[in-house]
Amino acid sequence: MWRIVHQFGSPPWVYRFCERVIPWLLPITFTALVIGSLWGLLYAPTDYKQGDSYRIIYIHVPAAVVALAGYYVMAAAGLVSLVWKIKLADTAMRAAAPIGAAYTAIALITGAIWGKPTWGAWWVWDARITSMLILLFLYLGVIALFEAYENKAIAARACAVLSLVGTVNIPIIYKSVDWWYSLHQPASIKFTGPSAIDASMLYPLLGMIITFYALFAVLMMINLRDLLLDDHRSSAWLKKQLEA
Amino acid sequence: MYFDSLSAAMTMGGHGGYVWSAYAITFLVLGVVILRPILSSRRLRRDIRSELARKATVSGVSNAS
Repeated sequence: MWRIVHQFGSPPWVYRFCERVIPWLLPITFTALVIGSLWGLLYAPTDYKQGDSYRIIYIHVPAAVVALAGYYVMAAAGLVSLVWKIKLADTAMRAAAPIGAAYTAIALITGAIWGKPTWGAWWVWDARITSMLILLFLYLGVIALFEAYENKAIAARACAVLSLVGTVNIPIIYKSVDWWYSLHQPASIKFTGPSAIDASMLYPLLGMIITFYALFAVLMMINLRDLLLDDHRSSAWLKKQLEA
Repeated sequence: MYFDSLSAAMTMGGHGGYVWSAYAITFLVLGVVILRPILSSRRLRRDIRSELARKATVSGVSNAS
C-alpha cells in the first residue's frame, strides 16, 4: 500500500507510467469518441418532443458531468498540495484545470446551440447555466492565477486555495434545477428508480459519459507528462530517461 | 441508420445545422486540448535531447585533444 502511495508521489515513476499508457489509451478513447458520436448522431432514435436537436445531449451531458467531476480532481489535488506539500499534487492540479475549462466550455457552447431551437434563446440567465459559467471562470482563474505569480510555490498555494473555495459552487450546480425555477430540464438518468429515458437513448448516452471520463484521464496523463518535462528539464532522472 | 438518407441525416428536419455544428465545435475544442500538450512535450523532449547531445560532443572533443 505505502509503495503505491510512494510511487504516485514520484515524478520519474509517473512520467514513465504516462509514457507507457498514453500511446494505447489515446487512440482507444478517441475511437470510442468517434463511434459514440456517430451512434448519437445517426443511429439513436429521434426524440418525439424535441425532434433531432436532442442529439446534442450525447456531448452536452457527458461534458457537463465530467466538467464537475474534474473539479473534484482539481480541488482534491489542491487539498493534498496544501496539507502535505507534495509537489506532484500541484502538477496534478495544474494538469486538471485546462481540461475542466475545455469541458465546461463545451457544455456551455453545446447548451447554447441546443437552447436556440428548444427554448428560442441562445442564452438565458438561468441558475444552472450561470453556475456553470462560474465553474468556467474558476477553472480559468486557476490557470491565470498560476501564471500571475513569479514564485511558483506561492502560485500553487494560491491556486489550491482558490480551487478549494470554489467547491461551494459544485452543490449549487447540482441543485440549481431543484432550488430555482429553471428552464433547464432535470436529470433524465437516475441512480435510484427507473430513468426517464429509453434504453435506445440511454446506452449511447452512458457510453459517451464513460468515454468523456476516459478522455479526461488520458488528458490528465498527457498534461502531467508535459508539465513534468517542463519542471524537470534539468533533473538527472529525466536526462537519463531521454537518453535511453 | 435511423435516417432514410444521408441528406435527411444532414438536415435533421431543420435541426441539422445546430446538431452538426455542436459536434464540430466539440471536436475542435477537444482537438486543441489534446494536441497542444502533445506538441509542447515533443518540443521539450527535442530541446532536452539536443542540449544533452551538445554537452556530449563538447566533452568528447575535450577528451580527444
